[in-house]
Amino acid sequence: MKKAFKIAIVVLLLLGLSAGSVLFIANANIPVLEPKGMVGDKERELIISASLLMLIVVIPVFILTLVFAWKYRESNTKSKHAPDWEHNYIAEYCWWGVPVFIIIILGVVTWRSSHELNPFTPIDNGEKPIMIQVVALDWKWLFLYPEQGIASVNFVQFPKNTPINFEITSDAPMNSFWIPQLGGQIYAMPAMRSKLHLLARETGSFRGVSANISGKGFAGMRFTAISSTQEEFQTWVSNVKASSQKLDMTSYKILMQPSEYHPVEYFILTDSELFEKVLMKYMMP
Amino acid sequence: MFGRLTLDAFKHDWIEYLAGVSMIFGAIFFIALITHYKRWGWLWKEWITSVDHKKIGVMYIIFSAIMLVKGLVDAVMMRAQQAFAVGDSMGYLGAEHYQQIFTAHGVTMIFFVGMGVVFGIINLVLPLQIGARDVAFPFLNNLSFWLFASGGMFILVSLMIGVYAGTGWTAYPPLSGLKYNPGVGVDYWLWSVQISGAGSLLSGINFLVTILKMRCPGMTLMRMPIFVWATLATMVLVVFAFPILTATAAMLSTDRLLDTHIFTAEFGGNPMMYINLFWAWGHPEVYILVLPAFGIFSEVVPVFSHKRLFGYTSMVWAIAAISFLSFIVWLHHFFTMGAGANVNAFFGIMTMIIGIPTGVKVFNWIFTMFRGRVRFTTPMYWFLGFIVIFTIGGMAGILMSIPAVDFQVHNSLFLIAHFHFVIIGGVLFGFFAGYSYWFPKFTGFKLNERLGKYAFWCWMIGFLLAFLPLYLLGFMGATRRLNQYDIPEWQPLFIVAGIGAMILFAGLGFQILQLIVSILKRNENRDLTGDPWNGRNLEWSTTSPPPFYNFAFIPEVHGRDAFWAQKHQKTQPILRKYEDIHMPKNTAMGFVIGSLSFLFGFGLIWHMFWLAILSAIGMIAGVIAHLYQKHPDYHLPAAEVAKIESRKQSV
Repeated sequence: MKKAFKIAIVVLLLLGLSAGSVLFIANANIPVLEPKGMVGDKERELIISASLLMLIVVIPVFILTLVFAWKYRESNTKSKHAPDWEHNYIAEYCWWGVPVFIIIILGVVTWRSSHELNPFTPIDNGEKPIMIQVVALDWKWLFLYPEQGIASVNFVQFPKNTPINFEITSDAPMNSFWIPQLGGQIYAMPAMRSKLHLLARETGSFRGVSANISGKGFAGMRFTAISSTQEEFQTWVSNVKASSQKLDMTSYKILMQPSEYHPVEYFILTDSELFEKVLMKYMMP
Repeated sequence: MFGRLTLDAFKHDWIEYLAGVSMIFGAIFFIALITHYKRWGWLWKEWITSVDHKKIGVMYIIFSAIMLVKGLVDAVMMRAQQAFAVGDSMGYLGAEHYQQIFTAHGVTMIFFVGMGVVFGIINLVLPLQIGARDVAFPFLNNLSFWLFASGGMFILVSLMIGVYAGTGWTAYPPLSGLKYNPGVGVDYWLWSVQISGAGSLLSGINFLVTILKMRCPGMTLMRMPIFVWATLATMVLVVFAFPILTATAAMLSTDRLLDTHIFTAEFGGNPMMYINLFWAWGHPEVYILVLPAFGIFSEVVPVFSHKRLFGYTSMVWAIAAISFLSFIVWLHHFFTMGAGANVNAFFGIMTMIIGIPTGVKVFNWIFTMFRGRVRFTTPMYWFLGFIVIFTIGGMAGILMSIPAVDFQVHNSLFLIAHFHFVIIGGVLFGFFAGYSYWFPKFTGFKLNERLGKYAFWCWMIGFLLAFLPLYLLGFMGATRRLNQYDIPEWQPLFIVAGIGAMILFAGLGFQILQLIVSILKRNENRDLTGDPWNGRNLEWSTTSPPPFYNFAFIPEVHGRDAFWAQKHQKTQPILRKYEDIHMPKNTAMGFVIGSLSFLFGFGLIWHMFWLAILSAIGMIAGVIAHLYQKHPDYHLPAAEVAKIESRKQSV
């Protein structure tokens, strides 16, 4: 009676916990699993298919462990006992072979997806891409639009269904540029030009972060990424162009001073070579 | 005179004061205890200067246990911060303090808990398993321990004097360079890693030679217990990997001391080189930690299944494959650095291939239980827990080895969940299994089973609560190392994780209680036979605890599971005459050099160069003095052996 009671409590607890988790997950906002961009969509598919593939091995492991541990428990004297049985070719071929087979499939998937989703590879959907240059600073993100002649801090906007060519560098310690809902991240490194190609399939507001520790204000290195219609984007650009602040090397040097939780700022980009200059800064002694 | 050490270095916030004061009180209490019981001589002669591998092993484990408590306190503090620091709230820790805590947590757990328990268990068990009386270089072994301990001391000292690094345990430049971190924090990191790393390298050489040269007659390579095989592979990894760490840390220190810019973009340096080098050591390091744990499970499962280990040859090849592959996967730690698709794909595929031999080992353990007689003792509990946690963690690992997937989870809490699943589930659970399995061998009594199982359940439940939510948080976009975040939806998950961490801490509490209760009630759990579990390998053939020379007669083996075969032999062993035993003498030099290495590092951290130079000279002089020692060894007369052996039999 007492034992049954204990088991009942454990079962109830487990049921409650899983019900709670299911409810929580169903209502939660999970960017990586609910992507709004082409790259993110494919990465999500990969996560799901690779996980299912691995379950072919993982589920038998769990079942066999439980069954064997229970069936061959010491008190069960009816079960067979073969204390010297230590080797069986068929069985061993099986668990070298099946994983090899799965890894071959996964390997092919890996090879293909690494090329297809390589962040350096441009996306081609017929639309003219938009170029956005990104500089990671202490502790904020600077976005430069050389074609539009504008710049912004901790805020980035782009039209939907348009390939975005990000060129990314850092004028601070290494950071990682990540907009989870659109797709994977890439490091921002001083004196290096990283590229990231993304495409937003819907309009919306997405959260962007730095994923790599870069010092004291790192937790506040967040930005908002807005995907809008082409018209809204044009309006935004002209609004920014009306702002009073100008960005060239002089004002950049003021901006790059360390600051935490930096508010959103807009600039007219008067020096279209600014990104190249930041990149080449380290090339000159 | 004091370099950059000023009174300011002693100023801290109240939390650090609390830690510092409790450490000082702990030390005073310890000193008072030793003085009260007049045990200084005993401590010096029997422990500090001892070259006995069993005592060195115990010292490693005690040191790691202290560091484990410290590391867990760090963990609970981090989760407590994250339980509150959402939205406008900044939590109770400042950003810099929080960053120091997670850096110290990582270094403590990897270098001083992981490496400590691994070397501790290897020290204790390995010479016994190969039928040897000590390791190949007993003095070096003692020196390794003291270098390891002196490395660990830097972390503790940084709590009171100055600050620790806030760069994360990987200390990537340029963040760890002079420009962004001119203070002492990164230097503390550097020297704690450098000096303990030197100790690990020396241990690696020592055990490699021990296994290759000191096996008892008849023990061919393919008759070695799997734990010995795992250790052999581990030591090969140590010997190849640790020099990389030493060189990398040395280059980073020249960057910091001489402003050389090897790893910063100015003047043509390159931070990416550091990241490559760091992981060229760092990835093998993961297997240095986990292979010995695999070895422990390969000992535990057959004994408690009352059956031979399934697939010995497969096991050996699996270990060999894992250790080879571990050197060609390092790039998977930075797929996001932007190497080409071919490079990323190659390293991704190599990484997932490691899953194959690892899976083979899991199946072999499971089939060792098949048609066995499974005894559900504490070590077996840890094994079953390990299978559950490690398999989930391994699956997450293979998922991340696909570069395109890694782009979406890299540096997120998904990654944190993955490596805690494999390191806690693998290394720590493995150590706990080994700890309760071999405990009676070295103390002469068993651990309390009931409390051991309570501890297991706390660890298991606490662990799952603390780390399962992290997978989800990773998918929700939560990155690692955040002292504050903006999404209220994450908070409940962080709170659950925090509760998990506290349950896990309770598990450690039960383990401490278990140790105390077991010592108090030792007479109820005495092991007089030397073989309390019906063991299979040579360590069980000698008494518990073994005499300092391990075996009165060097055993001779004729197959695998040597002791098992010996027990089932029909013929009586022939009585032999005792012979003189050749033993190493204790030496103070390991402790002296270890202490000087601490002063050396401390001098460089605080720019007290006179201190660094003096202690460097002292270290070199110490080594030379030791080399010129005429009689580092002695012979224990046969009569003495006979006396000790007869005393044991009369007990």
